[in-house]
Amino acid sequence: MLNVGKIEEGFVLDHIPAGKSLAIYHHLQLDKLDCTVAIIKNARSNKMGKKDLLKVECDINLIDMDVIAVIDHNITVNVIKNGEIVSKKELILPKEIKNIFKCKNPRCITSIEQELPHIFVLSDGKKEVYRCKYCEEKFDTRSFF
Amino acid sequence: MRHLITPLDFTTDELEKLFDLANDIENNKSKYSKICEGKILATCFYEPSTRTRLSFESAMLQLGGQVLGFSDAGSSSASKGESVSDTIRMISAYTDICAMRHPKEGSAMVASTAASIPVINAGDGGHQHPTQTLTDLLTIRSLKKRLNNFTIGLCGDLKFGRTVHSLINALVRYPDVKFVFISPEELRIPDYIIEMLKEKDIPFEEVIRLEDVMPKLDLLYMTRVQRERFFNEQDYVRLKDFYILDKAKMKLAKEDMLVLHPLPRVNEISIEVDSDPRAAYFRQVKYGVYVRMALILTLLELA
Ligand SMILES: [Zn+2]
Repeated sequence: MLNVGKIEEGFVLDHIPAGKSLAIYHHLQLDKLDCTVAIIKNARSNKMGKKDLLKVECDINLIDMDVIAVIDHNITVNVIKNGEIVSKKELILPKEIKNIFKCKNPRCITSIEQELPHIFVLSDGKKEVYRCKYCEEKFDTRSFF
Repeated sequence: MRHLITPLDFTTDELEKLFDLANDIENNKSKYSKICEGKILATCFYEPSTRTRLSFESAMLQLGGQVLGFSDAGSSSASKGESVSDTIRMISAYTDICAMRHPKEGSAMVASTAASIPVINAGDGGHQHPTQTLTDLLTIRSLKKRLNNFTIGLCGDLKFGRTVHSLINALVRYPDVKFVFISPEELRIPDYIIEMLKEKDIPFEEVIRLEDVMPKLDLLYMTRVQRERFFNEQDYVRLKDFYILDKAKMKLAKEDMLVLHPLPRVNEISIEVDSDPRAAYFRQVKYGVYVRMALILTLLELA
């Protein structure tokens, strides 16, 4: 039987808002890896009431952690070695995110030119605001869940 | 190589130089009449805007250069599905500098990354129209002899008016500028601009009626209030006269107040105001050409 409680090598994403784990699973492109992934929904949490967790048995360096920072700064990333948490990875807001989120502004040039990369640039680090590099439309982090 | 994609691409120091050059062109036109000989400006207009295109073409011709281009998407390769990047690569091989207008936001920026010639954004949808902002700034600086220490009233459609938003963003870089926003409730200035002004501690007020604030204004920037922006016909009829500038309202204004308007006007400035020496909107058109001449010279590094 698969043990979803513990993993040997890999990482655990903790404090994911309840119900958002699947969206994160897709945005991290975990479906493209052949490692073990456990999705735990609606776990009890003192801090959040309910939360989701993702346990991934693969090298953390294969994953683009920038995506998690953009999605939700409050998610915790625990790095696991030999079954133990060895460190927490700090999430830093990337200056630029490329080809992960699409600009949804129908007036944006990316809406008619498919080959253009979708790029968002951090315009306000304090308020965690990203804007489309082309049309400068604000990126709403709630919009992709 | 430099481009002009947003009004804030140039620092205030760089703008000072650009405006000095524009004023020198204004006063010594013959000195500049052959400076662009052998150079070609491309006007790539994916949507028609005769006014802006003619202003660019006039600017280049007065510098002794030549122009080529297209004036709507139907007559360009865009109708065959060519990307902006591919078009600008082709244009780069034919010409020395390009003014581009396109209905999609961010198009000029895309062009600038693929171009091997300077690109001037001549309007990208509802996003940016930097040469209009430069025109407004040059007009104020030339006629008021300063870009600081005044009270400017912005009147009309402040919600959707792109030129107004760009002008505000450009003016907040100068000290002691006060803003008075005059608009119906439906067309108020967007919250993000109000927030920005509060953050920077810049004084502003919002009013409904133009008459109430006329005496305190050093500058009045008029824009059109379109009938279709109103929820119902009654509101439009009730409010429209508040935003029409006529002789009676001009009587309340300072002797040296200036009236600006990005043009075209419809009926928001009564023609009886045209002969008032304070009406500066037709002089503004001339400054539009001078600032484009200065811009072409600056981007071609001929200044
Ligand atoms: Zn966009």
